[in-house]
Amino acid sequence: MAERRTRYARDPLGLKRALSDRLLPGLVAAMALLAALALAGTHGAAALKERWQQGAAAAVTVQLPPEQSGRMDRALALLRDMPEVASAEPVSPERMRELLRPWLGEVPALPLPAVLELRLVNPNIDPAPLARQLAEAVPGAEVESHGLWVARLAALARSVQAMALVVLLLVAGVAVAVVAVATRAGLASRRQAIEILHDLGATQDYIAGRFARRIGLLAASGALAGAALAVPTLAALAGVAAPLAGGMVQPWSSLPWLDLVLLPPVAGGIGWATAQVSVRRWLRRLP
Amino acid sequence: MAFPCRMVRFSAVGLRYPSPDGATGPEALADLTFMLPEGSFTWLLGASGAGKSSLLRLMHLALLPTRGELEVLGERVRRDRRAALPALRRRIGVVFQDFRLLPYLSAFDNVALPLRLSGRSEASLRPDVAEMLRWVGLQGRELALPQQLSGGEQQRIAIARAVVTRPALLVADEPTGNLDSHQARRLLALLTQMNRLGTTVVVATHSEDLVAQFSAPALVLEEGRVVHHG
Repeated sequence: MAERRTRYARDPLGLKRALSDRLLPGLVAAMALLAALALAGTHGAAALKERWQQGAAAAVTVQLPPEQSGRMDRALALLRDMPEVASAEPVSPERMRELLRPWLGEVPALPLPAVLELRLVNPNIDPAPLARQLAEAVPGAEVESHGLWVARLAALARSVQAMALVVLLLVAGVAVAVVAVATRAGLASRRQAIEILHDLGATQDYIAGRFARRIGLLAASGALAGAALAVPTLAALAGVAAPLAGGMVQPWSSLPWLDLVLLPPVAGGIGWATAQVSVRRWLRRLP
Repeated sequence: MAFPCRMVRFSAVGLRYPSPDGATGPEALADLTFMLPEGSFTWLLGASGAGKSSLLRLMHLALLPTRGELEVLGERVRRDRRAALPALRRRIGVVFQDFRLLPYLSAFDNVALPLRLSGRSEASLRPDVAEMLRWVGLQGRELALPQQLSGGEQQRIAIARAVVTRPALLVADEPTGNLDSHQARRLLALLTQMNRLGTTVVVATHSEDLVAQFSAPALVLEEGRVVHHG
């Protein structure tokens, strides 16, 4: 019995009954899951952009026709002397066969072109003058630049990132609206209790603090559930997206753990602040 | 400057309630000018609708005047200093006509509420609340919820809540409305005892029997105006 008295004494506004411990956390959990997906999308797009820019943006392929493969050393020397070339390395015949095997199978007799892989000091360098100089020295040599595609892919990744951030902002906005509606519902159902406490000398800080604490806790618990739900979801998505990242992704290590850990306190903070503002605005009507 | 012997002072006070369409309605109270000294006992009399409850609500700061000057507990009440009002309210005990108990709190917690709002520790408030419940004859009903109590018992809980902080000013709106004559006499004894201990007491009532039992100055209201004081 004394236990019941203590429990009630800690909740003089009866908020445990007035503010549902299912609906608000459920909604916040769904929003936290969406936020986690958006955050993971932001990180994923950023990682892909980085990988494409670092890995492919500076990469230029030079192909020498089979009849010119004997002039590989000359081509290499010429390219390495060029100031815009950071590195130039031949692609070994074994690696070429490895790369072609999925498409052509084992074809040891197939004459393969000699291929060089270049990295430019700056991905924005126009490779056309380099290609001209090389073609003069080694007739038939072709330079393949990925720059245009890389730029398009990077723009795509940036768009994905921007969209994910917009989704994140929308989720935060909806969270504020949901908390505000829940707070208003709580205020409506506890109007008389608030007026009684107010008449007995409760301050605005006291009343707003009670609401904010309760709603902050509900929002944080909802976000915790959402974040927990996000872990297997994101791990599965990371597995699906592994080929895009070169097939080297470890699902668990690639998750945005810090963001997931921060979701509950951030949701709790949003709930606390929104409830404080809503309740204080409502209390203005009292003398 | 606040005058220490003045517990309540009204000076040309008027009160308007907003009308349902949002505009200001007629004055419920008009040109109230009077003073209640510290330690006084005052009956507030008048027909239904005369404005007794509105006047009491001004006294315990549940409403603020729309014009005039109001001083309670020696402090001038100002709309632009609302942050100072909760501390004043905590020094005023109120017995509401409709009890206004919190239905989900036990009798003990309802009585303890003003002490908790004042920041009293749990350990220190328990003896005071228990004593107050004993004083109103409800020892053993500490854990009962209001709906488990009779109207008279709820009224006594409301009275215990009003006096548990030993307020400097106690206002009661029809406090005997739900009590039988024995309980009403007992309540009057409690109020006069509080008054003897130094509390300024204002009691609004319709009961001529109650007024006849204790001789004290009366403030008589008629259509929102004071027609007699003394």
